[in-house]
Amino acid sequence: MCTVPIRTVLTVITATTALVLTGLWVGYNVNMLPLDASSNAPTYDALFKVLFSIGMVLFLGIVILLVYSLFRFRRRSGDLSDGLAIEGNLPLEIVWTAIPAIVVLFVGIYSYDIYERMGGMVALNDHSAMAHTAMDHSAMDHSGMASGEVSQARVWGGIGGAGMDAAPTGAVLPVEVTAMQFAFIFHYPDANITSGELHVPTGQPVELHMEARDVIHAFWVPQFRLKQDVIPGQPTVLSFTATKAGSYPIVCAELCGPYHGGMRSTVVVHEPEAYATWLQQNSPASTTT
Amino acid sequence: MTLANPSDFNGNLQPQGWLRYFSFSLDHKVIGLQYLVCGFIFYLIGGALAGAIRTELATPLSDFMPRDTYNEVLTLHGTVMIFLWIVPVVNGAFGNYLIPFYVGARDMAFPRLNAVAFWLIPPAGILLISSYFIAGAAAQSGWTAYPPLSLTTPAAGQVVWILSVLLLGGSSIFGGINFIATILKLRRPGLKLMQLPMYCWAMLGTSILVVLSTPVLAGTLILLSFDIIAHTGFFNPALGGNVVVYQHLFWFYSHPAVYIMVLPAFGLVSEILPVHARKPLFGYTTMVYSIMAIVFLGLIVWAHHMFTSGTPPWMRLFFTIATSFIAVPTGIKFFNWLATLWGGKIALNSAMLFSCAFIVNFVFGGITGVALAQVPFDIHVHDTYFVVGHFHYIVYGGTVFVIFASLYHWYPKFTGRMLNEDLGRLHFLLTFIGFNLCFAPQHWLGLNGMPRRVAEYDPTFTTLNQVSSVGALLMAISTIPLLINVVVTALNGKVAGDNPWNALTPEWLTSSPPPVENWIGEAPLVTEPYGYGQHQDQPQEVQA
Amino acid sequence: MTSTAPLQDPGSLAADKAVDQAVDHATDHATEGHGDFRLFGLATFLVADGMTFAGFFAAYLTFRAVNPLQEGSTYELELLLPTINTVLLIISSFTFHRAGKECRGGNLAATRLWLAITGGLGVAFLAGQMIEYFSLPFGLTDNLFASTFYALTGFHGLHVTLGVICIAIVALQARKGGRISASDHFGLEAAELYWHFVDGIWVVLYGILYLL
Ligand code: HEA
Ligand code: HEA
Ligand code: CUA
Ligand SMILES: [Cu+2]
Repeated sequence: MCTVPIRTVLTVITATTALVLTGLWVGYNVNMLPLDASSNAPTYDALFKVLFSIGMVLFLGIVILLVYSLFRFRRRSGDLSDGLAIEGNLPLEIVWTAIPAIVVLFVGIYSYDIYERMGGMVALNDHSAMAHTAMDHSAMDHSGMASGEVSQARVWGGIGGAGMDAAPTGAVLPVEVTAMQFAFIFHYPDANITSGELHVPTGQPVELHMEARDVIHAFWVPQFRLKQDVIPGQPTVLSFTATKAGSYPIVCAELCGPYHGGMRSTVVVHEPEAYATWLQQNSPASTTT
Repeated sequence: MTLANPSDFNGNLQPQGWLRYFSFSLDHKVIGLQYLVCGFIFYLIGGALAGAIRTELATPLSDFMPRDTYNEVLTLHGTVMIFLWIVPVVNGAFGNYLIPFYVGARDMAFPRLNAVAFWLIPPAGILLISSYFIAGAAAQSGWTAYPPLSLTTPAAGQVVWILSVLLLGGSSIFGGINFIATILKLRRPGLKLMQLPMYCWAMLGTSILVVLSTPVLAGTLILLSFDIIAHTGFFNPALGGNVVVYQHLFWFYSHPAVYIMVLPAFGLVSEILPVHARKPLFGYTTMVYSIMAIVFLGLIVWAHHMFTSGTPPWMRLFFTIATSFIAVPTGIKFFNWLATLWGGKIALNSAMLFSCAFIVNFVFGGITGVALAQVPFDIHVHDTYFVVGHFHYIVYGGTVFVIFASLYHWYPKFTGRMLNEDLGRLHFLLTFIGFNLCFAPQHWLGLNGMPRRVAEYDPTFTTLNQVSSVGALLMAISTIPLLINVVVTALNGKVAGDNPWNALTPEWLTSSPPPVENWIGEAPLVTEPYGYGQHQDQPQEVQA
Repeated sequence: MTSTAPLQDPGSLAADKAVDQAVDHATDHATEGHGDFRLFGLATFLVADGMTFAGFFAAYLTFRAVNPLQEGSTYELELLLPTINTVLLIISSFTFHRAGKECRGGNLAATRLWLAITGGLGVAFLAGQMIEYFSLPFGLTDNLFASTFYALTGFHGLHVTLGVICIAIVALQARKGGRISASDHFGLEAAELYWHFVDGIWVVLYGILYLL
């Protein structure tokens, strides 16, 4: 390798700094996401900003380098000679192996941390709240699931309750979710309410116990940044704490038949008092007495 | 041990002239072009289906076609594009045409198997498309055919789909075996493995993936068809089966399949860049190792498609890390390409434009891929248009762009005539703009709440969907200059001469188009396929 | 015979053989004869075939690990018949090997004899399998285990059937003036490789399905 002139070094350093700053600026200032309405949405958005910034730096860097070389090293007309016979450069290659390796290692560890904070790493089958509802599955036993009994014993995946430590306002609110072509049905075992819409209070951890009757569906609330497949024969769980009152769409995100696109519902997030009123008005106990 | 007389190998037994393209020809060049043209026809069909999708999605209501038809269309679109366009063309077409040249052989190791592999494709494709008409309804459970949906949608269409994919998988396996044997066993004496053009390595890696993963898909689909036809319960929860096992088996093939679709494209770009930049391929050895690393990693990352499928936490963690690390060998390749361009004498012709656009698009798609690999990120965007954006950036912006680049680069070899550069640049411009208009907005749509595989959507997403549809229209229009170009130049284009690019790889060291057995006389021994700038006695040096 | 094999330029092949051996330090060896890469191709195919079985095995093991055993179903199977079958199949690998040896030694009559024995063992295996099928208390669609059992053994049985047919063809070709001789016996070697593969798969299958 020939000696590198100081000016080149300076240019490279300036350009890299400018690039990194631009990437960071874009990543942190261009908003690509909908409203954040659950306690783990801000956590998710933090991860998104990091990924977006890194992606921006790499993408812009590569595109600029490419366009620059296309311009700078374009063939002048009449020039039929070859370029330099450079076949490789070990130090350089080590550098560009190491940088992505460090980046993905960092990204991997960071997103693990985020996932942990969201409750994704909780071992689902020894969660105490789980045991409670696993026995209390009366609503689902009548739903016609052929393998109902066997599947009750085990939860197959999803996001457990660890993310709820941040909001210890009350006990966990269990809701049983049944998905079918082409609707979600929500059952509140404690209040014995069955509803086509999900109503939850702000600040209280909610734990959805989900099972499908026919084919696979997926429960997704974009404003919560959460999604979980609802699988026939294999119950799954999804925990979250809503933070902002409002109505948000519940979207079925797994192809489930012709009306898959129409399989939507709404989650209504109430302030705790409003939620109590809703419970009052809708629980069968209040109407019969 | 007798060696057959060259003349009775292909010469007398096989039809001559244009008719041979419709025959059971054993000539690898004929088979390569058969794959290419056949694949391109299916591209037009798949593209027309994409046009139907984008028309439906131009409005938020499901008003263009019935909802179940929409599902049929998207299933056929995905299946046709993957199994009948990308895989046969980057592997079958260019592989068959180029590999024998690159290893210095006169044909593939098993020419008959080769012809069989090709001739499985048209019937399988026709079967697939006609299922809409003959079976009453085509498959409508997506190209992933997840049970139990695939067990409950109309059975006839799904069974035809399985049959067709099995045939295509078989074709792919036969091809893979042939490539491995040709590259490892049929090399011209004196030619070392590490002297082979990079495309050989890419095809070797791809073929290893084909041989290891495609059979698993075949087995899985056979079990699925039992579930449909014989009412077994492998994947039917109502009969005690397990739907997630299907997903594992399916993605054990279908993740490697994405590298089956892209590794050959990497190989082709590695051939094109050095020629038009007049520089040796940078970092040959690390390129080879990174291909093999991608092959290895590609086999152990499949569950990143199943982060919301109820997989246990440790599994999600493992697959996140393994998937992220694919960025490292892939990155090596990209930086090596950039270094290949650096300091070259770059001719910005159509082949080069498409290749460079490939780099831009693929890096974008790769970066969104690495984001998708992070479980918490994926949990939000899984099965949304973000994913659709990701993979179209890679399959279209990556592989299809490379197919176009390769067409401009090797067309003179195929036909002896040059493609028109002005039409080529127009084709490039329309494709590049249309492509980005079509797929860039989809990332935003996905992040903000639009799921994939829907015929109707929230009206707040209308504008961006319309932008996307306009982009698709531009892409459709962009095929017009391409088709005109190919047809017109085939008839009276500029005569190319044997080696219009002054390239050093062996396919250029014979006439264009090449004779039946590739070389008159002995196969040349090319030990430096990328020796640009090294031989001072080259004629062009004298001129400069 | 070489019409299916690709041409190597006659002139260069002879001349470069020496160069090749001196120069080529790569992993593979120069193509000695055409049979060489055909067997290689077959071996590659068998790797692919083996992956199909691997997929089935993985599915079976996963079902077993995570799906609760259904009512009326059991993993316990009668062992006697399958064990005899296993022994038969293992013996047949040796008899096939013997046939190959005789063939290379030029003794075609003995080749045919040993091939016949091998084929007989294969047929006996299939017969045993049939007996087992008919004596089993469950049918294909009874439960998940039953389905998996029949899928695995059935797919393997299909391979054995194909192998027996190949043996019959090879045995026919091994008569005087047939296609197989002491110097040219690709068909026999291919069938032998395939047969060993089918045996090996059975051993794994036996271990997983019957013993585990
Ligand atoms: C040719 C096809 C192809 C290719 C090559 C890839 C490549 C990659 N894909 Fe993609 N993918 C698909 C086709 C492809 N994909 C398809 C079709 C689907 C959807 C299937 C369906 O559901 O229908 C999909 C879906 C998909 C998912 C599942 C999303 C979901 O459904 O929720 C994931 C998740 O991890 C993923 C990840 C990746 C990654 C990490 C790569 C990596 O290989 C990318 C690596 C490349 C780069 C990273 C760029 C270059 C590198 C550098 C410049 C170095 C520096 C970079 C960093 C440090 C980040 N892909
Ligand atoms: C592998 C390659 C590949 C390629 C090249 C493409 C190309 C295109 N794809 Fe495709 N796509 C997939 C693979 C591919 N796709 C897969 C695997 C899926 C998932 C399926 C699933 O969910 O199961 C998918 C899904 C998919 C969707 C999501 C559907 C949904 O989820 O609801 C959309 C929506 O915009 C889309 C659009 C397009 C468009 C506009 C193109 C364009 O680039 C096409 C451009 C080409 C043309 C427009 C052709 C032009 C020619 C004509 C129009 C003339 C035709 C004339 C005659 C036939 C006479 N694709
Ligand atoms: Cu339910 Cu899609
Ligand atoms: Cu993947």
